[in-house]
Amino acid sequence: MITLAHVLSLSAILFAIGVAGVFLNRRNVIVLLMCIELMLLAVNFNFVAFSRFLGNIGGQVFVFFILTVAAAEAAIGLAILVVLFRERSTIDVEDLDSLQG
Amino acid sequence: MFSTILFFIFAGVLVCAALGVILSRNPVYSALLLVLCFFNSAVIWVLLDAEFLGIVLVLVYVGAVMVLFLFVVMMLDVNMAQLRREFVGYWPLTAAVAGFVVFAMINVIVARHLGGMDLKSAPALPADYSNTRALGVELFTRYAYPAQVAAVILLVASIAAIVLTLRQRKGAKPQDIAKQVAVRAKDRVRLVKMASEKRP
Repeated sequence: MITLAHVLSLSAILFAIGVAGVFLNRRNVIVLLMCIELMLLAVNFNFVAFSRFLGNIGGQVFVFFILTVAAAEAAIGLAILVVLFRERSTIDVEDLDSLQG
Repeated sequence: MFSTILFFIFAGVLVCAALGVILSRNPVYSALLLVLCFFNSAVIWVLLDAEFLGIVLVLVYVGAVMVLFLFVVMMLDVNMAQLRREFVGYWPLTAAVAGFVVFAMINVIVARHLGGMDLKSAPALPADYSNTRALGVELFTRYAYPAQVAAVILLVASIAAIVLTLRQRKGAKPQDIAKQVAVRAKDRVRLVKMASEKRP
């Protein structure tokens, strides 16, 4: 029998992996975006698990909206990345400091 | 019991794939491992009786978002060796932050004070339960306005992505259809009256 603790632990581990990825890949914007997707996935796990164990479908509706917004975010983020690469020929985070003056 | 075994198998693959996403040197491998992550997550969501969201995860994420990621990864010609040169330096900080996140969350889970709810077993579903029907009824009654807002967000995002990446190439010679249609013979041909001349 899958208990709530199982799913929440898995979600915590996934979220931690996403956070670790943000720290490890501080130079590559594409992998940063992928790590954000991982963290969103972990949050969705929590919503689905609580929705199932509380018997309330509202959590799954919320996951639906999170998926929508995450898809929009990925599309715009990648578009910005493409424009950025055209302008600067790099996606290294540390080279993106032209606002420092 | 069988579902628990399935859960552990797919959770194990999921965690390994997620580690591969953040540790692999090649972003193409990262993207493909993230696809594997989403497939395993979809299976676990189906095990949690969220069939519709499992299918949506495969369709939207694997079908659209990850294809977009792969497309951008392969389109950008990035020098990976240079991007990786400080990879080792962040290990202690990384381990500390990730360990703290897991510790804090597991602490909350084992505290068993989650509003006095039953952590062990999910409420039984009726035999004719349809996850898709339940989700649809809720989405189009109580959450009808948020659904509209989500649709507008998707429209704005798609237009924004197109506008951001659209560019006019310098030196290209596109046709202006309106000008071509509006042109008249007198704009192009000039009739000149002159006296005829003798061949020298």
